[in-house]
Amino acid sequence: MTTLLYDGSFDGLFTAIFEVFEYRYQDVEIMNRENFQQKNMFAEVHEVVTQQEKSERVLNKLEKSIGKSGINDLLRVYLSEDNELEQLVLSVVRQSVKFPNDNVLKNFANDDILKISKICKSVSRERHRMTAFVRFKKMQDDVFFAKIDPDFNVLPLIRKHFKDRYADQKWMIYDLRRHYGLFYDLENCEFFYPDEKLDLNQYQEKFHDEEKKYQTLWQSYFTKTNIKERKNIKLHIQHVPKRYWKYLTEKH
Amino acid sequence: MNFDRTKEKLEILADAAKYDVSCSSSGGKRKNNGGLGDSSASGICHTYTEDGRCVSLLKILLTNHCIYDCIYCVSRKSNDIKRAAFTVEEVVDLTISFYRRNYIEGLFLSSGIFKDADTTMERLVRVAKKLRTEHNFNGYIHLKSIPGASDDLMNEAALYADRLSVNLEIPTESGLKLLAPDKNREDMLQPMRIVQKGIQQYKDEKKIIRSTPKFAPAGQSTQMIVGATNENDLQIIKVADHFYKNYGMKRVYYSGYIPVTVDNRLPAITAEVPVLRENRLYQSDWLMRFYGFKADEILDFNMPFLDLEVDPKLSWALRHLDQFPVNLQTADYKMILRIPGIGVKTAQKIVSARKFQVLSIDHLKKLGAAVNRAKYFIDFTYGNPFLKHLTDLNLRKLILSGSQSKFQNQFSQQLTLF
Repeated sequence: MTTLLYDGSFDGLFTAIFEVFEYRYQDVEIMNRENFQQKNMFAEVHEVVTQQEKSERVLNKLEKSIGKSGINDLLRVYLSEDNELEQLVLSVVRQSVKFPNDNVLKNFANDDILKISKICKSVSRERHRMTAFVRFKKMQDDVFFAKIDPDFNVLPLIRKHFKDRYADQKWMIYDLRRHYGLFYDLENCEFFYPDEKLDLNQYQEKFHDEEKKYQTLWQSYFTKTNIKERKNIKLHIQHVPKRYWKYLTEKH
Repeated sequence: MNFDRTKEKLEILADAAKYDVSCSSSGGKRKNNGGLGDSSASGICHTYTEDGRCVSLLKILLTNHCIYDCIYCVSRKSNDIKRAAFTVEEVVDLTISFYRRNYIEGLFLSSGIFKDADTTMERLVRVAKKLRTEHNFNGYIHLKSIPGASDDLMNEAALYADRLSVNLEIPTESGLKLLAPDKNREDMLQPMRIVQKGIQQYKDEKKIIRSTPKFAPAGQSTQMIVGATNENDLQIIKVADHFYKNYGMKRVYYSGYIPVTVDNRLPAITAEVPVLRENRLYQSDWLMRFYGFKADEILDFNMPFLDLEVDPKLSWALRHLDQFPVNLQTADYKMILRIPGIGVKTAQKIVSARKFQVLSIDHLKKLGAAVNRAKYFIDFTYGNPFLKHLTDLNLRKLILSGSQSKFQNQFSQQLTLF
């Protein structure tokens, strides 16, 4: 058994996969270096140095059989932070080497592929919810600021959506769980990684003067647009799971 | 902005607009060019009310002053309620400010008819025009057209709005006469024809001149109130089918009547909202739009009401047992779509997975089919023990005993009525 340790990056993962084939490892596991504690004394450890060239060679080859959308699916698996993500991606690469002329991601009867299709569904759903449930608050410096805490690492998947939509206002979306964010300054839209966690304890004091008013208007709209005669809380919670409520202005 | 006054107006005019069930914000095809908003993507529901309906647009009336007295409507002239009217600026400001905070996909603007059709329509158009031309707003705009509005105003509205709609209100003409004596069907149809003609013309011109201005890119929709008069489901589905086919409607919405008035022409004020019937109508609508069913396959003159116990697709299958079992490995996609318990996505997955291997009932379960229903109608290559029930006279009962309707408890009272 060989354990390949990589740095946790997307390119690192595909460099590791490249080396699985390069060194012809059979019995192998790929692990994020951060999660590694040596349990198996007899396992051989192989340190992977991320090399974009190797990663790209795998991705380009793969794209020929599973297409752009297939690569996109694998990116979603990577962003899911699932325990088995490395094993699943490796499985796809192995299958695609075996069936180079088929899109193996379409073989939903295969357990790994089915798992991938479920993960993609979950990640896409979370991505969609983050386009829906982000609530910007206008700050004193005219930046529209939003906190999120998604179950999967979907910030990279919503960048284009918000960039296309809010071209004429400065905005920032910050992932509380992963401590990084996206900032658009009217020209560029980039990820930022603060050295320390942002201190958001008293950020309400930095709201723009008009912010509270629009929050109140939105809350009254939300209340008034409900039809009491058709009350259906079960359905409501199904659509808006409770874990999102604390970030939703209308649920306060 | 006088905040307290705006808040009061918003409460009155959101309350009055909430009975319009249209909520779609998709199909906008409007790219952002450095301004605010983008509606080129599919729609997004930003939140859900406690009744479980989605909120994707700021849905309000411009005013609830109305010269008409349609008895099913809360804003009717004779109803003693608080009245309010937004200014054009107020609606624009609310839309922009809500949009900037990512509360909404855009605006759904309707109105009571406060003077005459054209004056009202002109005001609605002015809101949309201001949003597009002065604020560079590319979010979604749905304008509710006013029946009887002039062709010129309809054409102008279509330049700024993504979607236009006129509500049919009541499915039958006789019902409309009874409940909305001031309105007539022809006034509703004329604006629809104008929009349909415009959309066709846009498509033709677009082929030659690329810069042709957009014309209601998300098409038109309409809505019918269900259960306020005594129309049957067959009539409703036929009307919907007619509008999909002849008016190119993108959506027909069905709104279960909510008692708002005591009047002997209407169901009693204590009547329950026909939520289950409404649900069955939407299921039938989906069968027509995505499953390749024709209106008269779903219902016919011998059976003018939808079965409340089983969904319309299962109901069809039970009446057409000769078309089953369907072989999962070889049947064409269209027929796989007709198997009860199998939806569009599962059907697609089946068709692509079976190229790789022979599918079993376990695969089917994993692919997301409702196997408790589907298993009686499918032939797997290696056989299926459940097929022996296919000719059973009690098949319907057998299936019902194996599945629990989400409505069963809630609407037990209604079920016993039919």
